[in-house]
Amino acid sequence: MVGLPARGKTYISKKLTRYLNWIGVPTKVFNVGQYRRDAVKSYKNFEFFRPDNEEAMKIRKACAVTALHDVSAYLTQEQGQVAVFDATNTTRDRREMILSFAKENGYKVFFVESICDDPDIIAANITPRLLPPQLPARALHRPHAPHRVAAASLPWYRTSPCTASSRGCTSSTGPYITLQVKLTSPDYEDCDREEALEDFLKRIECYKTNYLPLDDERDRSLSYIKIFNVGSRYLVNHVLDHIQSRIVYYLMNIHVTPRSIYLCRHGESELNVVGRIGGDSGLSRHGSKFASALAGFIQEQSIKELKVWTSHMKRTIQTAEALGVPYEQWKALNEIDAGVCEEMMYEEIQQHYPEEFALRDQDKYRYRYPKGESYEDLVQRLEPVIMELERQENVLVICHQAVMRCLLAYFLDKTAEELPYLNCPLHSVLKLTPVAYGCKVESIFLNIEAVNTHRDKPVNVDVSRESEEALDTVPAHV
Amino acid sequence: MATPPRELTQNPLKKIWMPCKNGLPEKHISQRKVCMTNCPTLIVTVGLPARGKTYISKKLTRYLNWIGVPTKEFNVGQYRRECVKIYKSFEFFRPDNEEGLKIRKHCAASALNDVRTYLSEGGQVAVFDATNTTRERRDTIMKFADLNGYKVFFVESVCDDPEVIASNIVQVKLGSPDYTDRNTDEAVEDFMKRIKCYENSYETLDEIKDRDLSYIKIMEVGSRYLVNRVLDHIQSRIVYYLMNIHIAPRSIYLCRHGESELNIKGRIGGDSGLSARGKLFAKFLGKFIQEQNIKDLKVWTSQMKRTIQTAEALGVPYEQWKALNEIDAGVCEEMMYEEIQDHYPLEFALRDQDKYRYRYPKGESYEDLVQRLEPVIMELERQENVLVICHQAVMRCLLAYFLDKTAEELPYLKCPLHTVLKLTPVAYGCKVESISLNVEAVNTHRDRPENVDVSRPPDEALLTVPAHQ
Repeated sequence: MVGLPARGKTYISKKLTRYLNWIGVPTKVFNVGQYRRDAVKSYKNFEFFRPDNEEAMKIRKACAVTALHDVSAYLTQEQGQVAVFDATNTTRDRREMILSFAKENGYKVFFVESICDDPDIIAANITPRLLPPQLPARALHRPHAPHRVAAASLPWYRTSPCTASSRGCTSSTGPYITLQVKLTSPDYEDCDREEALEDFLKRIECYKTNYLPLDDERDRSLSYIKIFNVGSRYLVNHVLDHIQSRIVYYLMNIHVTPRSIYLCRHGESELNVVGRIGGDSGLSRHGSKFASALAGFIQEQSIKELKVWTSHMKRTIQTAEALGVPYEQWKALNEIDAGVCEEMMYEEIQQHYPEEFALRDQDKYRYRYPKGESYEDLVQRLEPVIMELERQENVLVICHQAVMRCLLAYFLDKTAEELPYLNCPLHSVLKLTPVAYGCKVESIFLNIEAVNTHRDKPVNVDVSRESEEALDTVPAHV
Repeated sequence: MATPPRELTQNPLKKIWMPCKNGLPEKHISQRKVCMTNCPTLIVTVGLPARGKTYISKKLTRYLNWIGVPTKEFNVGQYRRECVKIYKSFEFFRPDNEEGLKIRKHCAASALNDVRTYLSEGGQVAVFDATNTTRERRDTIMKFADLNGYKVFFVESVCDDPEVIASNIVQVKLGSPDYTDRNTDEAVEDFMKRIKCYENSYETLDEIKDRDLSYIKIMEVGSRYLVNRVLDHIQSRIVYYLMNIHIAPRSIYLCRHGESELNIKGRIGGDSGLSARGKLFAKFLGKFIQEQNIKDLKVWTSQMKRTIQTAEALGVPYEQWKALNEIDAGVCEEMMYEEIQDHYPLEFALRDQDKYRYRYPKGESYEDLVQRLEPVIMELERQENVLVICHQAVMRCLLAYFLDKTAEELPYLKCPLHTVLKLTPVAYGCKVESISLNVEAVNTHRDRPENVDVSRPPDEALLTVPAHQ
């Protein structure tokens, strides 16, 4: 990464890492600030970052070197494929050091520089903001009364509605991060907000004097993307391979506009009731009730320009129909194809395919149903959905259990091991709202009964296990 | 209290669930179409002559049509050629040639008129291919777009490498109708003077002045891009595509797996192994590849046994793509056409009525296949020499992309077993060489029968079924 403090580098690093891991590329972030905090136990003030502070410069360089050392361990010995080196890297010297290190080890280097040169964005954050009427419409459904602070010359900060205990803050408004993220950093634990803000601004100034952005001429042989002004403009240079091309595409599709993503499954289906998987059945009576309840819920939420997506299967479409709003059907959102096991009960699968059943329990993520799909296949199938979700703003996705698990795993950064066991019960809506570096989840159960369709991993996954051990965790059904 | 949900009916051709009233489908709900914009998009090329604008326009148009976005290119040079029957010399393009300027302005206006007609009759994207090198011309176009409610996206190609320009001129300009009666040297000289006429008034898209426009600036034949204000899904896809294509010479080899056990029995789909003749083909394919002496050849297969067995015989590393799997015939998997007619005569007829959009029950359609194959095409664009060992329907889809075939033609493209197609990009298109490796195989190509009516008798339905065991 390259860029002054508070340009969204860590936000981008974490998000990119989450995406790459989800699509199956082992990736890890190495945040040099973390290394610095480990080396210098307590942070005093911005003076540490003054370019003439020789003592500190030595420490900071050592931290970068240690981080690079860990990068090397990760990529060479731990089967990592991508390492994200998250630091300012604002001087040519530092970047040269990294390039040499990479060359020695045979790594490709791709720079991601984040720049803010739009005086409007900067100016807009200097003027103190006042009260609710000036907030954007999206703020209307926020529970807290906003409390605005003068944001001085912080390009990436807009003020955020915060109560005194800032950690419990419900929303984020700044382009990449909010005051909240920086000021609740361990560096500023014992400071009051005004002090912290002032110190941080001085810290940024320390970097500005020596900042040399990637240069059109001198760096023309390097591979990089320059992101200007939170994504209104990009300069892409020398993309070398497939993964760099995917990274560029991803970075060009993400945005920081506040919004929420609602995930839920179709209402309970006829096949759900009798404990059968897959198929293309319609809603049960409870399922229809849920659909109506969902309509009510959506209306109450008063969501601005909500898009509704369903799969091509009857049960999600029937659910969407009850909302009375236009919706879009995606074949990619169809439930996992259980191949020869389609429409079977778990008991029948155990009876007819006991070995398959055991193999599935051994590695539920990679296991592919005969003539069907695996969770791993699902993720690949869902990638364009995720990409479009990133581009969109408020969206309600009405999908299926396995599909919802995959999408959730992307937003909540779950591993391949956790993913197939995420809890996605019928008749519950998950509201995901990006906050700071992650995602806030609110789970709303719409109070309509439904069968449980969640089958936990049984204790015995051995091929030689008894039937009852295999069926130990099968949820009850008609 | 919400209104009771509408009844759903499943469209028999595409197997899509749609709301219906009294058994008839109601007003159309949106399927996931690629282009999510409600308003059409006008792509406007910008750049001096011989910078690859027409190459990009044609390729982009071909890609967008293939993924299902109705697109058409409007080449102003074409309009000029129709207006001024005979091209004399570069003097026509001199900035002080008032007569010439008038004609050129008129041609641009005429082309824009046709754009308007196209976009109002179902077109979604129009590519306005001209130099558009002055801000004035671009302003005119933007006013036109504004008036008609189109989104504008500029694609500028900037190149200062004299070698690349010279190569462009040789490849596409010399063969242009403008220069049919000239010899090479004369033509090149005239064309260079033509470029000069534009140079003085060329106003490149500017980072500051044009900060509010949506555009991509392609520099140095794609090693550098400046992307500004991408507004929506289709623009994002266009940018991704443009950033992945290249012009390095290379060839793409397409072939099917060797003849399989199920092929011999006249059965579709499944996951069988190679027959004896199939294995022989694989061996010959290995030899063919060696003889071709292809630099850094990548080999791709599907995840089905028959393509993998074929690749194994080559003795080189290969990559398996699930996306290259054959079309899923759902309930008809491993059936003979005779059996499909027997058990699902209605389905069989529907398929003949619209083979591109028809989806097998619990299976896929060609339309689904194209969507599934899009990442394969994208990666093929990034790569250089590649051999793709795939399946009949898959190969038809890929071929349709390279040869710009319509949705109607695609499902009937001939892709016989044991034949390799070598595709080499040339000028604005693709050269195809068909190489049969001289190993016999069954024919698996079923032409569209004359009678596609649901009520047809079985023998009319089975008229075009190829012979099998």
